[in-house]
Amino acid sequence: MRKFIIKRLLISIVILFFVGMIAYLLMRCMPADYVEQMARELSQKPGSKSFNEWKEQLYQAYGMDSNIIMGYFTWLGNAVRGNFGDSWSRTGQTVIQVFNSVIWYSFALGAASFILEIVIAIPLGIISAKKQYSKTDYAVTFIALLGISLPSFFLATLLKWIFSVKLGWLDLFGIVGRNHEQLSEFGKILDMGAHMILPVITLTVVSIGSLMRYTRTNMLEVLNSDFIRTARAKGLSEKKVVNYHAFRNTLIPVVTILGGSLPSLFAGAQITETLFQIPGIGYTSYEAIIAGDIPFVMFYIVFIAVLTLLGTLIADILYAVVDPRVRIQ
Amino acid sequence: MANTENTKETNRLDDERRVRVLSPGMLVFKRFTRNRLAVLGTIIIVLMFIFSFIGGAISPYEENQVFRTTTMESKAYAGVRENTDFLYTDAPGKELPKLAKTQAILAINNGEESFVSQDVTYNLIKESDEFYRVVEMSPVATVTTLGNVASFSSVDGAEISDAVKEAFSQAQKDGETSFKVEGTDYYISGSGRNVTIAVTQDLCMINKLIFSPYSAETTLDYNFQVAAERAMEHGKTEFTVDGVDYKADIDEKTSSAIFYKVEGGQETEYAMASHFTVNPVSSDVFLSIEFKDRVQEAVKNNESSFVFADANGTEAEYTVERNNNEYTIKTMKEIQVNSNYESPSAAHWLGTDGNGMDILTRLMYGGRISLLIGFLVVILSALIGVVLGGLAGYFGKWLDNLIMRLVDVFNCIPAMPVYLILGSIMDFAKIDPRLRIWLLMVILSVLSWPSIARLTRGQILSLREQEFMVATEATGIRVSKRIFKHLIPNVMPQLIVSCTMSLGSVILMEATLSFLGLGVKFPYASWGNMITAVNDLYVLKTYWFVWIPAGICIVLTVLGFNFIGDGLRDAYDPKMKR
Repeated sequence: MRKFIIKRLLISIVILFFVGMIAYLLMRCMPADYVEQMARELSQKPGSKSFNEWKEQLYQAYGMDSNIIMGYFTWLGNAVRGNFGDSWSRTGQTVIQVFNSVIWYSFALGAASFILEIVIAIPLGIISAKKQYSKTDYAVTFIALLGISLPSFFLATLLKWIFSVKLGWLDLFGIVGRNHEQLSEFGKILDMGAHMILPVITLTVVSIGSLMRYTRTNMLEVLNSDFIRTARAKGLSEKKVVNYHAFRNTLIPVVTILGGSLPSLFAGAQITETLFQIPGIGYTSYEAIIAGDIPFVMFYIVFIAVLTLLGTLIADILYAVVDPRVRIQ
Repeated sequence: MANTENTKETNRLDDERRVRVLSPGMLVFKRFTRNRLAVLGTIIIVLMFIFSFIGGAISPYEENQVFRTTTMESKAYAGVRENTDFLYTDAPGKELPKLAKTQAILAINNGEESFVSQDVTYNLIKESDEFYRVVEMSPVATVTTLGNVASFSSVDGAEISDAVKEAFSQAQKDGETSFKVEGTDYYISGSGRNVTIAVTQDLCMINKLIFSPYSAETTLDYNFQVAAERAMEHGKTEFTVDGVDYKADIDEKTSSAIFYKVEGGQETEYAMASHFTVNPVSSDVFLSIEFKDRVQEAVKNNESSFVFADANGTEAEYTVERNNNEYTIKTMKEIQVNSNYESPSAAHWLGTDGNGMDILTRLMYGGRISLLIGFLVVILSALIGVVLGGLAGYFGKWLDNLIMRLVDVFNCIPAMPVYLILGSIMDFAKIDPRLRIWLLMVILSVLSWPSIARLTRGQILSLREQEFMVATEATGIRVSKRIFKHLIPNVMPQLIVSCTMSLGSVILMEATLSFLGLGVKFPYASWGNMITAVNDLYVLKTYWFVWIPAGICIVLTVLGFNFIGDGLRDAYDPKMKR
């Protein structure tokens, strides 16, 4: 097991190296050159150096004077030591500071929709498998596939239209209301919660389908297996067969996949956050990309890659933990 | 699982007689058609194809046809100002300096007859309270009149001609202060016995009246204006300027006048003088004197609106708006505008969008692009995925390792940021929208092949170990044939299911990118970029028909593909048998 994990970690490092390289290459191709823009702004201040002088100085300061390959290794050298540099678009803050200030919004969003997803999807998936090809099954399948088919931007717009424009219950954008500062501590939390409602619904509806389908497929597989037939032959009640024998075995792949998706709670949802202007990591990175903020975008892409690798690793380990049959091999 | 519905003998798929009759493909088809959702999905997709490809062809409108409409809008037509200030009109060929003009007004206010500006002495001749002339005066002679005899003493010793003397006595008799001899103006200053005759040269006239010509071609010259002003002052109805006779129709009450030109006994309307200026708002409009007259009447009578028929006899209503001393004449004018955000009607079933284009037609063309992109991207990524996944699965070893690490790298790169970056690079390069669609397909394929490669590899890995593959090896079949004839067809079911499902997700991705303005760009329609209109909050609040139909199209299409994919998976998977 340890050997397996070490091997995976080593491979992950190689993968991260290339992911970073591709990301850096793309970012350097970005036309929105932040440094040039800043040089232009600085050169327009009274009594300042010329644009070209500023540009040269800033390029040097930002390590952009070297070619792309060298620039990448400079970045990599700093990144390995945990130094991701200063954010360009948010002046005066390091990338890590920006990250710390926004990540918890994303986490709250992710966690809320994750919990809702589990609470709704797993029971529905099991019911749907128990009554395969019944009306309930069709309804659940339909809902699941509808969720998968809904574009998040359309769903978000639709929710905004209904709840903000037509009913006027919730605000269109943002994480805090207009009179947030006047509220009590508890009121502030409630206010933020109210602003999270629509994004959470959007994320839940969009992601609920796949888990529901996954649960259904696995439950069906388990229900078709021999030990269930044995349990039934023993004369166990259907309730006991399903809830005790079948459900526990269904949990193996489901827990595995849920464990694997734990890291993605931190990944943020770029489109949903942007549409609702929730200042999480997704929205921040969207703005950073638009502004050409190389240090932050590099950090974000590598961060997402780490989360993905971590997710698969956790899923593999969990698989071994949950299912003793795998451990023996 | 036992299924009560299908236990009838004829319907049982595992019935031996049936199995013998039906081919495996037919079996899958049978199972597929029994799945109601799958059939529904197929119907949706077929309808979408008809809607997009046939609908686009029979739609009476073009994809980018802009509908225009004319609306009536109250627009400012003319401005009216009551003039209470002195206006300057320079004599032909002369130009009074600005400073001198200001000082002339000062002199008028102080009742002075001359003023000095920049070391030049100007004389001011008062014709009436509202009419002055600024002249250069050079004295010619002093005249002493005793009884009926006038004795002339020349200033510079030159002789005074008889014509001048005659004209002088005539002017004295008529009580006029100026006369003209052989094109030279003379002015008589002083009164009583001793007067001075001076030659005057007009520089500028200062008056409050405004002259406007009747026809657009006429320009009113200085001499006419002076003569007309004098005629009005003295109440003369006839006068001659430069050999042309004019008649005046003076309205004492409003101190305005209409002048007629007399040519061969024929009177034609020539000019008008009044205290009002009426100017058109746009320079290409000439306001007729009748109109100006009517406007003045309306202003004087405090009318808020009036009807006026123009030269062609078309009547139009004009409204008068007052703002201090100025009046604005407004009229309803017909203007052409794009018919933006028009509500659904018989002509436009789903209304028009922000550019005045028919939404239903654009939905059809958008469907073409979405379906085209979906299919091409899936085919392309399936090709890449199957080849690379097949190679990795079949040959294994270092090649497998290499390809799988490549898959891992692509898997780890978050797609959305990469699309955002590439989209803005394409924006910057100002890539032609048509080329952009093709580039978008390539980008989407390059980023979506890894899942197919992984699937193919997994399948081939397990198939490779099976007996039939050992048999192909034993019989010495070529490697390429082994892969493409024996392995790939066995991967096909999984591949088809996965491709159908990814058709939906590719269409979703394309719509999302187009929505963010990074995918398909205007003028090409796409379901995603049609929804972009909601970024304008006003559109979101007011015009549901602009964005909801496009969203429904996306949902329906993706749902259709997912139903089909789901149905196919159930149909292919023997475990799911009924």
